[in-house]
Amino acid sequence: MAVLLLAEVTDGELNLDTTAKAVTAAAKLGDVTALCCGASAAAAGEAAAKIAGISKVLVAEDASLGHRLAEPTAALIVSLAGDYEHIVAPATTDAKNVLPRVAALLDMMVISDVSGVVDGDTFERPIYAGNAIQTVKSTDAKKVVSIRTSTFDAAPDGGSASVETISAVANPGLSEWIEDKVAASDRPDLTSAGVVVSGGRGVGSKDDFAMIEALADALGAAVGASRAAVDSGYAPNDWQVGQTGKVVAPDLYVAVGISGAIQHLAGMKDSKIIVAINKDEEAPIFQVADYGLVADLFEAVPELTKKLS
Amino acid sequence: MKVLVPVKRVIDYNVKVRVKADGSGVDLANVKMSMNPFDEIAVEQAIRLKEAGKAEEVIAVSIGVKQAQETLRTALAMGADRAILVIASEDVNTDIEPLAVAKILKAIVDEEQPGLVLAGKQAIDNDMNATGQMLSALLGWSQGTFASGLDIEGDHALITREVDGGLQTIKVKMPSIVTVDLRLNEPRYASLPNIMKAKKKPLDEKTAADYGVDVTPRLTVIGTAEPETRKAGEIVGSVDDLVAKLKEAGAL
Repeated sequence: MAVLLLAEVTDGELNLDTTAKAVTAAAKLGDVTALCCGASAAAAGEAAAKIAGISKVLVAEDASLGHRLAEPTAALIVSLAGDYEHIVAPATTDAKNVLPRVAALLDMMVISDVSGVVDGDTFERPIYAGNAIQTVKSTDAKKVVSIRTSTFDAAPDGGSASVETISAVANPGLSEWIEDKVAASDRPDLTSAGVVVSGGRGVGSKDDFAMIEALADALGAAVGASRAAVDSGYAPNDWQVGQTGKVVAPDLYVAVGISGAIQHLAGMKDSKIIVAINKDEEAPIFQVADYGLVADLFEAVPELTKKLS
Repeated sequence: MKVLVPVKRVIDYNVKVRVKADGSGVDLANVKMSMNPFDEIAVEQAIRLKEAGKAEEVIAVSIGVKQAQETLRTALAMGADRAILVIASEDVNTDIEPLAVAKILKAIVDEEQPGLVLAGKQAIDNDMNATGQMLSALLGWSQGTFASGLDIEGDHALITREVDGGLQTIKVKMPSIVTVDLRLNEPRYASLPNIMKAKKKPLDEKTAADYGVDVTPRLTVIGTAEPETRKAGEIVGSVDDLVAKLKEAGAL
């Protein structure tokens, strides 16, 4: 049984951690072929070939595939779909954009954000902001599946897959890329970081958010934020952790000034150790925290940062 | 141009859901239901387009049980002009899958010929994030997902999308399907007079069969379980205690 895996490629570069985690899930389904596509994708293809568990890499380079616009990327995947029973991708914004389009073009359902692979037809996925886990069995001939990477370990390197170059298909010409506004960051990537420090409304201002960033730097951590912090302009939107932002499961998650709404917990409650710092002892975050500190964050966070530096 | 806005009746976002003891699903009996929060943003955006003179008519559509009528009345009270209810299920526990919803919406699009479909990026119950993309595929239209900015100029639209690394702007050909993200706008509240007026606005009732769409699920739900609960944590007294505990636990 063959699996086509859409590798996560951004501006010609393979997102190794995200792709390798999806490989772990995909390898449970069958023989994995990875598709690297974009305006440039050859280097990403070489990198993907080294992931253990990938047996073949397809590289499709074409200007129309730049920035992975949904319409041409979906058309490419559909053109390859005949040989595969499973079409899989990590549940990133790119894949969430493309995969449902692929599924509908094939007249198949999509199975989003899979957190467990039971067998080739049966999958577990969280619903209701992670407050229930549903097991579904697909009756479709092909399964189009996005993988919640936070629940799978990354496949190790050591692979030696063959790399084959393929051509793009005709661009439907429905959309074009105009610009990216990339949030620059030297810190670890939020979804793959071992430690995440997040700030919420309690931080109070954009200036005070620097305190959260200083603690993150002391821990070598990525910075996250609650919706309230993003909506108030303290942090950029791509730092949002939660049901509608990113889902993370680091070894250590430090929530500062975050009450712990259902929608935020959906994005971080699978973290190994959760620390909460909040002055409200009734805050729901303390119900999921392994270690809670009831304190004024303006005193506790600088003190903690100093002790860790 | 007409704007079509699909809205979904879901469990209210503030409700802590309970999984039924027999694993058959989530308990929806006597639970507060509301319009999916992302759909409110889509309705708001459609009304703003009308207020800006870029849309002539806003049509809200909902698919599901008869009670989804209330959700449509909410959309009408916010400012939608008329509504279409497609009854596809007798039972509130039956969630119609995105593929079937997309097929029904396609039939409605074929009939109504809107220039734009504005949908929420995901429903907070099934968390699928798929219907808009599927509808776009079935129609062969462009798609602009996770939109936090939307600017329509003639035969194309500029869409700012919330993506993993930041923001991306794309230009799509109209007609298009746009799915909205949280930060596109702040939805308005319906005023009491508008709620009263909404009761008189037209609401067509249809069935899935009227559109010739089979709503049989492709995914059979085998079971629904509670997620693993975390073991109780402890409250520490000071920053020093916290650092000591984290060292003990091997986290530092």
